[in-house]
Amino acid sequence: MPSTDTLLAARPALQPLVSLRDVHLSFGANPVLNGIDLEVFRGQAVSIIGPSGSGKSTILRCITGLLKPQRGTIEVDGTRVDQLSSERAEIDLRKRVGFVFQQYNLFPHLSVLDNLVIAPTRILGRDKASATRTAYELLKKVRLADKAHAYPGELSGGQQQRVAIARALAMQPDLILFDEVTSALDPETVGEVLTVIRDLVKEGMTCVLVTHEMRFAEEVSDAVYFTEAGVIVEHGPAQHLFRTPTNPRTRAFLTRTLSTTNDQDKNAARAAIPLKLHNFAI
Amino acid sequence: MATEQLSLPLANARRQPGAMITVIAVGALLALCEREIVSHAHNVTLVALVTWAPSLGKALWVNIEISLLAIALGTLAGLTLGPLLLSPLRVVRAVTRCYVQLFRNAPLLVLIYFSTYVFPFEISIGHHILPFPDWFKVTLGLALPASANVAEIFRGAIQSIPHAQWDAARSLAFGRAQVFRLIILPQCVKRMLPPWMNLYASITMGTSLASLVGVHDLLDTAQVASNTVARADFTVLVYFTVLGLFFVYCYPIARITRRLEKRYAFN
Repeated sequence: MPSTDTLLAARPALQPLVSLRDVHLSFGANPVLNGIDLEVFRGQAVSIIGPSGSGKSTILRCITGLLKPQRGTIEVDGTRVDQLSSERAEIDLRKRVGFVFQQYNLFPHLSVLDNLVIAPTRILGRDKASATRTAYELLKKVRLADKAHAYPGELSGGQQQRVAIARALAMQPDLILFDEVTSALDPETVGEVLTVIRDLVKEGMTCVLVTHEMRFAEEVSDAVYFTEAGVIVEHGPAQHLFRTPTNPRTRAFLTRTLSTTNDQDKNAARAAIPLKLHNFAI
Repeated sequence: MATEQLSLPLANARRQPGAMITVIAVGALLALCEREIVSHAHNVTLVALVTWAPSLGKALWVNIEISLLAIALGTLAGLTLGPLLLSPLRVVRAVTRCYVQLFRNAPLLVLIYFSTYVFPFEISIGHHILPFPDWFKVTLGLALPASANVAEIFRGAIQSIPHAQWDAARSLAFGRAQVFRLIILPQCVKRMLPPWMNLYASITMGTSLASLVGVHDLLDTAQVASNTVARADFTVLVYFTVLGLFFVYCYPIARITRRLEKRYAFN
């Protein structure tokens, strides 16, 4: 039956890798997400932008099952994340979903190399030699091969964040979630982390980025979602959302954030790197 | 390499005060001995000390045994109680906290009297009668506060690990037990070691209280020796010896603690 085969083979391409439908979540009496709809297709880079406290990071935490929504459905590659009932199911999901945190969260008692090796060997059951080989390749990729035996405490913020990205990649996930990964960094080191992410996007890694780096979001994203007060105000292709936003609230937010990025006199240090990196976009 | 070269002279500088105290103590003892030998009349004192040396040595061993057993029992009990302080069940938490607070806030001497007079002289199990010697009661008296302190050290160490470590490990598909075993506990052990060593040193010093409830420990033996020889200069000498022996046992513990603190200060 070739027809069914082609149908089955064609389906995954049509279906989003991640989809959220009407997701509601509140912490006690505080509503954080008020009906989020979001889709990420395989190979896409999707950015979520919006003011602080608008629920961006919460969306990422829901996708990897660290938080459970009270209402709505979350599906990642056929797994209903909102209905995960056992630890086994959570683990199976997280093997496929990488997560990079704002504060890096490396394991301080392990060397850089061991940070990259521990999960593949202990969780995926890979043998130590091949996991170590992969780890070195990944460290080379994030330009930190010479730091393999250093401890996280000996590295700069930007270096730690690149190790954290390599650690997530070591699990060979289908998807990586980046939670404001440059927000805790010095302006000078933001660029080195963004370069790594840009390379990943080019290689076709599915990425969901929560970010305040508007220029970067515009440059790398296939789709951008603008959130405010727990709802998606507007979404669409990056060019469209940044150049011709239709919603007045999106316009107001972009005017506010982009003007601070452009105002060199006011905020020279912060602006220096994004301008240098993306001068073609200005 | 560069850091090693830098840290070496620093380490030497830090070793100075300890070394100086040792030199002064040894020097004082030598001076005392020399004075004794020069004035022949006092030779009796030295001879007495030599005579009593084996008893003092054996008595020191009693202190060492009590301290080792007390810290071992206390650590075992404390590591059992520590997790209960973090139990999701409120009742379990409350009961454990009561135990911990009660024994952490009691003077050592009170606990030693407590265990000496509250526990029976012997325990009968079926037809067997097990003796319950005084030295073991003292050990329990010291193990009680040790266990309470170890439990508290454990709780503090676990709670000092940022929650973000849990998130990071769980997002890497670690199960709860694995997070605990591979990520949280290894970080805790390093944080627990220095306070645990401090506790060990203070329990060791507490063993001298055993002399008050009739255990023939170092201090008790020194008292007996002093009364038997009945010479003022011997009394001075024997108590200096007791001081020196405790120093020899406790000082290395303090040194190792300091070294561990330095080594694990990677955060």
